Amino acid sequence: MKILDRNSVDLFFDALKRQGFALVGPTIPDSAIVYDEIGSSADLPVGWTDEQDGGTYRLKKRDDEALFGYVVGPQSWKKFLHPPSLRLWTAHREGKGFKIIPEQDDPPKLAYIGVRSCELHAIAIQDKVFIGGPFLDSSYGLRRENVFIVAVNCGQAGGTCFCVSMKTGPKATAGFDLALTEIIEPGRHYFTVETGTGRGEEVLRDLPYTEATEADPATVERIVEKTVSQMGRTLDTTDIKNLLYQNLEHPRWDQVATRCLSCANCTMVCPTCFCSTVEDVTDLSGEHAERWRKWDSCFTSDFSFVHGGTVRPSVKSRYRQWMTHKLATWIDQFGTSGCVGCGRCITWCPVAIDITEEVRAIRETKK
Amino acid sequence: MGKRRKPKLAVWKFASCDGCQLSLLNCVDELPALAERVEIAHFLEASSAVMKGPYDLSLVEGSITTPRDLERILQVRRVSKFLVTIGACATAGGIQALRNFKDVKEFVSIVYARPDYIETLETSTPIADHVPVDFELHGCPIDKRQLLEVIGAFLIGRRPNVPSHSVCIECKLKGTVCVMVAHGTPCLGPVTHAGCGAICPSYHRGCYGCFGPKETPNTASLSREWSRLGASEQEILNVFRGVNANAEAFRKESDLHARRND
Repeated sequence: MKILDRNSVDLFFDALKRQGFALVGPTIPDSAIVYDEIGSSADLPVGWTDEQDGGTYRLKKRDDEALFGYVVGPQSWKKFLHPPSLRLWTAHREGKGFKIIPEQDDPPKLAYIGVRSCELHAIAIQDKVFIGGPFLDSSYGLRRENVFIVAVNCGQAGGTCFCVSMKTGPKATAGFDLALTEIIEPGRHYFTVETGTGRGEEVLRDLPYTEATEADPATVERIVEKTVSQMGRTLDTTDIKNLLYQNLEHPRWDQVATRCLSCANCTMVCPTCFCSTVEDVTDLSGEHAERWRKWDSCFTSDFSFVHGGTVRPSVKSRYRQWMTHKLATWIDQFGTSGCVGCGRCITWCPVAIDITEEVRAIRETKK
Repeated sequence: MGKRRKPKLAVWKFASCDGCQLSLLNCVDELPALAERVEIAHFLEASSAVMKGPYDLSLVEGSITTPRDLERILQVRRVSKFLVTIGACATAGGIQALRNFKDVKEFVSIVYARPDYIETLETSTPIADHVPVDFELHGCPIDKRQLLEVIGAFLIGRRPNVPSHSVCIECKLKGTVCVMVAHGTPCLGPVTHAGCGAICPSYHRGCYGCFGPKETPNTASLSREWSRLGASEQEILNVFRGVNANAEAFRKESDLHARRND
């Protein structure tokens, strides 16, 4: 473990840039902390935090100058790894046929600054989905292999966080190049740095770090323990697969359907939801065509449309599909839960539907 | 639509403000390409030169509000191979469908010096209430990208990419932060048909539903949330009684709030 002073953060960012990485990280363009290009530590949400609960998110000033003193915002890193819309190829008419021109996909090398433990788990889950099986998603793979990950251990939990229940945090344990813990003491603002990879160590080499003292790991543990104690939500995952499989006709699904807007916000903000659709577009001349991939959601009618109609016409069946996939069938399909406990689906649901509350309701009145 | 001759495009107007037709004229960059592909055979907003029908694709703007409209739409349908309605008036009845909630005779007697000159129906209704419609393009006004998409799709014989899901998905694809969750601003986005590209939330305003109800709109749940955010019954009534007041889901929701208001 090494120690990097707050004042060396921009030297650290410069070192990443020298390695050819563009930086993306938390920033406040507007009314929430989102992930976007950043140039220096001044672009980070310095001195800001977020307050979250079901259906509400508010930025608040902190009484210190923390760089990472917030939880997670509406966006996740999937916006970079699995872009919301992506052109797959173009084609033009040639004689009686047509010629396909493959897309020149040349994503930039990005360093992700401030990745939380739940998000590392989400990336690992999407890795399994997109590049872990026999069929590789080349656009994801190309983006993924270029990423340098700077994780940050959470110094506080949000009102909708439940990573402890999902065993995905709040401390980053794997999947990073470097992991930071932000420590603010009277008169001192610094970071502990753990290295996860050789290239992480390499970036660190030229920086004015010091070696950690014996007390530093204990300080990190204390911070993590405090975060653990602050979890805003809990979800009991005991035998959750069978709980849901045995309660597919539970009346709770009808109740949640009276509230659910089928607006798809939960799936859009979820860091593991990966569904997409493809659209073919043509121009007016009819000579040129393009195929685009766009994020899709199991909450739309089109999603389950097959010849003759929509397989899941009711909102009840869509909510049930989403939740049982996330928490149960995902385990059968990919070997882990599809939920990392980040709480985004709770915060960003306009009517505050709470996945932890839904599971609790079914568990308390199960068959 | 064969290759031998250019397909004929016709644009028709019923009770409307012409804004949707202007969306077509507003396609300045694309009009030359469009004129290459189609014969603009009947478009009085642009030219008084009219070619005879039948027409391959008719775009119909406006709602049915007079006895003469009732006859004319049958004629338009007869001379059109494909009939696409454009805009909130043609697809839902428009702002003029507010008359459907009141007594139109009373309006006529108050507004006009000679009410006996006025020949009008008691309701304003969408085109699809009267003739079969091949495709409905929503919006007040319609979105010009979507209009070109629909024309292009009909020319080539494919289904237009015009999703009927929520505006929320458009916000999320763009990266726009939710105004309801992050500012507590009431927004109709979760029950409103996508298509505008989520313009209002991009400017920190709530959606007010110009594209009408989406598929499976849960207006009751959204209204409860609006109340929680501080909207009055009157405000909720008003927002559902906009340009899409006569669209079924919005009409039912507004009727509920009208009764509560009484």
